[in-house]
Amino acid sequence: MRSLLFLLAAFAVIGSGYWAYYENYRTQAELDKVDDLRREIGGARERLAILRAEWAYLNRPDRLRDLVELNYDRLGLLPLRPDQFGSIDQVAYPPFETLDLSQPVDVTSAGATNP
Amino acid sequence: MTRTPLRPLARILDARQKGENPDMIERENLRIRHEDQRDGLRLRAEGRLLVLVVMFVCAYGLIGARMGMLSASEPSEPRTRSSGASIIASRADIVDRHGRILATNMSTHSLYAHPQQMIDPARAAVELAQIFPEIDADRMEARFTNPKTKFLWVKRKLSPEQMQAVHEIGEPGLLFGPREMRLYPNGAIAAHVLGGASFGREDVLAAEVIGTAGIEQYFDKELRDPAREGAPLRLSIDLSVQAATEEVLAAGMNLLDAKSAASVLMDVKTGEVIAIASLPDFDPNDRPRPPTEGSPADSPLFNHAVQGVYELGSTFKILAAAQAMQLGLVTPETMIDTSPPFKVGGELIGEFQGKNYGVLSAENVIVRSSNRGTGKMALAIGRDRQQEFFGTLGLLTPTGLEIVEAKGGKPLLPPRWTDLSAVTISYGHGIAVSPLHLASAYAMLGNGGHVVQPTLLKLDGPRAGDKVVSDEVAAAARVMLRKVVSDAKGTASFAEVPGYHVGGKTGTADKPRPNGGGYYQDKVIASFASLFPAHDPKYVLIVMLDEPSETSGDKPRRTAGWTAVPVAAEMIERVAPLLGLRPSYEPRHLETSTTASD
Repeated sequence: MRSLLFLLAAFAVIGSGYWAYYENYRTQAELDKVDDLRREIGGARERLAILRAEWAYLNRPDRLRDLVELNYDRLGLLPLRPDQFGSIDQVAYPPFETLDLSQPVDVTSAGATNP
Repeated sequence: MTRTPLRPLARILDARQKGENPDMIERENLRIRHEDQRDGLRLRAEGRLLVLVVMFVCAYGLIGARMGMLSASEPSEPRTRSSGASIIASRADIVDRHGRILATNMSTHSLYAHPQQMIDPARAAVELAQIFPEIDADRMEARFTNPKTKFLWVKRKLSPEQMQAVHEIGEPGLLFGPREMRLYPNGAIAAHVLGGASFGREDVLAAEVIGTAGIEQYFDKELRDPAREGAPLRLSIDLSVQAATEEVLAAGMNLLDAKSAASVLMDVKTGEVIAIASLPDFDPNDRPRPPTEGSPADSPLFNHAVQGVYELGSTFKILAAAQAMQLGLVTPETMIDTSPPFKVGGELIGEFQGKNYGVLSAENVIVRSSNRGTGKMALAIGRDRQQEFFGTLGLLTPTGLEIVEAKGGKPLLPPRWTDLSAVTISYGHGIAVSPLHLASAYAMLGNGGHVVQPTLLKLDGPRAGDKVVSDEVAAAARVMLRKVVSDAKGTASFAEVPGYHVGGKTGTADKPRPNGGGYYQDKVIASFASLFPAHDPKYVLIVMLDEPSETSGDKPRRTAGWTAVPVAAEMIERVAPLLGLRPSYEPRHLETSTTASD
């Protein structure tokens, strides 16, 4: 009985040691993965920052103004003026769709009651 | 375990035969047994002590080893707990009120050299000079071949193309270090607000980016705070409005041949600065060095809207009128005799071009811009109350705008506030303030009498300051300002922008000579302070031109009505639609301060 208990305890120690190491290695692997992801996120953020900076640089008011002037023939863009504000009642409703009666179709219920 | 009997039969019998006491044998055996037991117990106790000692040694050894490892190893951040947001640039971005980028970071590289590792310093120097035109090949070679030099910086910032070109030289002694650099994508727009940044402590692997001027320096610590996690600093500036303002102001400055110009556009309720421009300006990406000689005001780095203090002339008259109305000394209809002579402290007070307006109503004193009329109001107010009023409006101290240069915008005040000072100050002479000071004073009239604190940060809602004049007085002052523009005899008739009901006051002040000795005859500071729409003001706009002259007529015209006013009108026409202000064309019933009975 006693030796059985010793044996069981020994197995429990070996088992729990195995489990602890296993979990430890798994955690390490996950942490490495997290680190990789974090590095990736960092890289992506850096690229994003560069793209944002580039977008801001390409949309800088000076450049847009020059482009508008260069392309005036095609686009005809001018600064917004106060008289360009409209009111809602200046917007026309879409025209009503009128029924097309040029090609009448005969509709009859004759024979509907007869099976 | 075998038990030895205490009275072995053989020995007992033997002893009995010999006549000895057999109990002696028993006692003897008992003693031996006890000794054996004692030895056994001692051994066991010693063994236990040994185990205990080993265990304690192991435990303390483990703790000691762990402590030693912790102290000897490099510290590392806890990997499990940190959030992804901590991967951030070292310095937060600055964005405008709609989130458009005004300042951001870009990773780039710096170039340094280890001359002792160089194979062919002469060739490297020549090749470098080809890539960077500003590098002198001979001087660079001399630095490379100096035996004492072990390390030297070649370039602080490289573009990717330049980096590739340096790579292609193939010199092992030329090395790159990562660098974070500050980028202002909009160039010179809002340059004076942003200021600039440069490198602080430098290392091969990294460099500190520190703000050197403007809001970058004012909020340097906050922008660099890691706890901020890269949250951008949101300004009250509107990028498109700022760009339009600067464009109009630059055009006006060139057309009128002015030396410098400034404009401030401010929300009357919150004190948020929507656009603030000072010309000439500079590119914060390549901030020029501060001037070592001449007046600092001539440098493009000088912020005329915040740092520059000027005698802003008649734009101050409305303040005297508002205070006089608040104190119940005058109503808009009170008649004031503005005819000469009007002598204060032994000095004759004159009018513009020696005019004589005769007897005017208080309203017309403002509309026609009479010095003597406002001077009389100032005398009625008294110098102490005037000084206190100006102090409440913040006209006696720097503005406290969130840029480091704001501290330099300290108003110039008379050394002794005499009656004469009170009179001249009432029409804007003898006191020099920045255009931003004037903007916050006008914002007070625009929002119904609350003092505003100008700010560059976007606010969530209005911050009502102390109320210094009543709603009625503010409304009456606005009617006066509106009449300056709409009245046929007003001085700012060019400011009429259809649909926006501009109200404002012009100011033309002779420029003082730099080292005392009176005023220039042909150099003026022309300014126009306006509120729009005057019946329900949303914004205040100050335009100031330094030494403008309008030369379309026979002789140059320098008054603000011909210079600052048209520029301000053009500016309002451009920026009001951008601000989403809808023009209203129906004739507005002008708010009047008179009731039906009088």
